[in-house]
Amino acid sequence: MELAGLYRQMLRARSYELAVEDLWHRGLIAGEMHLGTGEEAVAAGVVTLLGDGDGLALTHRCSPALVARGVPIVPMLRELLGCEDGLCGGHGGHMHLFSKEHLAATSGIVGASLPAAAGFALANRRLRANKVAVAFTGTGAMNSGMALETLNLAVAWSLPMIVVCIDNGWAITTASEAVTGGGHIERARAFGLRADSADGRDVRAVHKAAGKLIDYSRRGKGPAFLLATCPRLDGHFLGDPLLRMARQPVTEGKSTFAKVISSATSRGGGGLKDRAGGMTRMMSVMARARRSPTRERRGDPMLAARKAMKKHESERDRIDAEVATEIEAAVETALADFGENGDA
Amino acid sequence: MRELSLGQAVDRAIEDAMARDDSIVLIGEDTPLLRAPLFARFGADRVLAAPISESAFFGAAAGAAMAGLRPVVELYMVDFIAVAFDAVLNHIAKLEGFSGGNWKAPLVIRAPSGGWYGDGGQHGQSLWGTLSSIPGLTVVVASTPADAYGLMTTALGHDGPVIFMEPKLLSEEWLEFLGSGGRDTVSFDIPAEGAVGAVPDSPHTTPFGKAAVRRVGSDVTVMSVAVGVHRALEAAAKLQGSDVSCEVIDLRSLRPLDVETVVESVTKTGRLLVVDEDYREFGLAGELAAICLEAALSPRYARVCVEDTLPYARHLEDAALPNVDRIVEAATALVQA
Repeated sequence: MELAGLYRQMLRARSYELAVEDLWHRGLIAGEMHLGTGEEAVAAGVVTLLGDGDGLALTHRCSPALVARGVPIVPMLRELLGCEDGLCGGHGGHMHLFSKEHLAATSGIVGASLPAAAGFALANRRLRANKVAVAFTGTGAMNSGMALETLNLAVAWSLPMIVVCIDNGWAITTASEAVTGGGHIERARAFGLRADSADGRDVRAVHKAAGKLIDYSRRGKGPAFLLATCPRLDGHFLGDPLLRMARQPVTEGKSTFAKVISSATSRGGGGLKDRAGGMTRMMSVMARARRSPTRERRGDPMLAARKAMKKHESERDRIDAEVATEIEAAVETALADFGENGDA
Repeated sequence: MRELSLGQAVDRAIEDAMARDDSIVLIGEDTPLLRAPLFARFGADRVLAAPISESAFFGAAAGAAMAGLRPVVELYMVDFIAVAFDAVLNHIAKLEGFSGGNWKAPLVIRAPSGGWYGDGGQHGQSLWGTLSSIPGLTVVVASTPADAYGLMTTALGHDGPVIFMEPKLLSEEWLEFLGSGGRDTVSFDIPAEGAVGAVPDSPHTTPFGKAAVRRVGSDVTVMSVAVGVHRALEAAAKLQGSDVSCEVIDLRSLRPLDVETVVESVTKTGRLLVVDEDYREFGLAGELAAICLEAALSPRYARVCVEDTLPYARHLEDAALPNVDRIVEAATALVQA
């Protein structure tokens, strides 16, 4: 696919999620909301390689891939708004979005996308010639038993599946590498998957690398694994307390810091070394969160994509305008029966 | 006495016990952030940051408990116990039985539970019925800060495995983390007495297997745990002055269950209404009916429980959970029947 097409899907995903963020802040979306901002290049780069019959198993951070896959936006928004005409009748919510016609499923259970994709792949091998299944996952999830077992299963059964592992450096609020042994590419290769990595901020690089791996699996050569590095721009979920504390320590961190100081200076417990070690580790997590890239700054894949489109400025402007219109219209339609204050 | 939120009460109980007992270690995901005070006081040797590998760290906690430690293993929510269920069902629960009672594993599973904040059916389940069906486990559910502190303290001194359930709606910390995320544009129907309350000074324990009669009444015995207790109390207050006088019992401990209090109350009222945020079939509601039958009681009986997969949308979730209207209706129907 041409860069312009990839750029369009990235922008659709970003614009959709910015709209979702606004709806969440307005209190129109319940519970947790895990945005995939920062993952647009990976989502667009991979998902645009899929077609009818290819399966897609996703995680709690599923919006960019679903949008890029072409799942209709209004029903997704209506689902998040809890409406009975939402994609899943208001029963699923953003972590449990299902589109049977796209063979796309999501789950809020960490690691669950891998076995699901293995099943899609198994069915595809029998029912749909040359069709594959893709699992999106993260490095945190690659420490779950079901994920590691699936790497083995995929090889043992030579399944036409591709695991797209996003490395954003985090496992919820813990630095991923602090709880991970070995490298992800090495692990995948050790199981016998064909494995490659790509800069997950560069949509063309992802598209190229994923294209080769998907092609490999389509030709019946077996499962493949793609590691793509990209930032997590909006924390684990909207309102992530770690980001709030890291970015506004005075207002957001006050009560936590007070509790920590009080406990750290209480009688009984670890020695000075234990306490200092505990404090240091905690502060380093804070510092890491503070250093995390933010939107529209260096490291944001949307900036890189926009820059790459510079040579096609008029086309970029046209896409920008079309996507803005599309998303605005979708939000307006989704909110049509909501009152001024958002009452349905 | 001190005034604590339910979440704070659990945290305090664990911190107090860790200061007394060096064998207690805490294992969970994101503990450097979620348990920052404990992390800073006890260090990384006693507060372990786990990868997202529940089946491994639950299994490891069982082994550690067998070998002399007293682990507290944390879940983000009880729904995720499914990932570690082999360790719970086939190992943690079985040790005492398999060893002929010679070997017990003292470990506590801290499991936030329940819905009422719109997080969907993989994040809002209660599951205490499923878990309480397993011999070898103790299952307790806190509905007030005092009980949260007391039950957790008892759990940390118990010689076998305990699953401690902490309703997220009653825990300011969890609700802020998962429900509001710092927003003031969402609201929740939080029972005040469940969320914040006086906690007796340490050492305060709440015994296992002892229910609490939260309201005395004469016409219907309403049995529940967790948020259901507060919804039942609200329903009972609404029915006050009508001919439906509700006795509300907070079971607190499901395994072991306080059969004596159940039988005593149902004998008095002749009517039993089970209010359960867990699934209706094959769970607490059926168990309480069986206990009555075994005691040769045949009360008029009804159950207000969760009947399907919990929906995400707030209004659908509220309707699916045992809300006050459903309880009022069921209690009234029992008396009028």
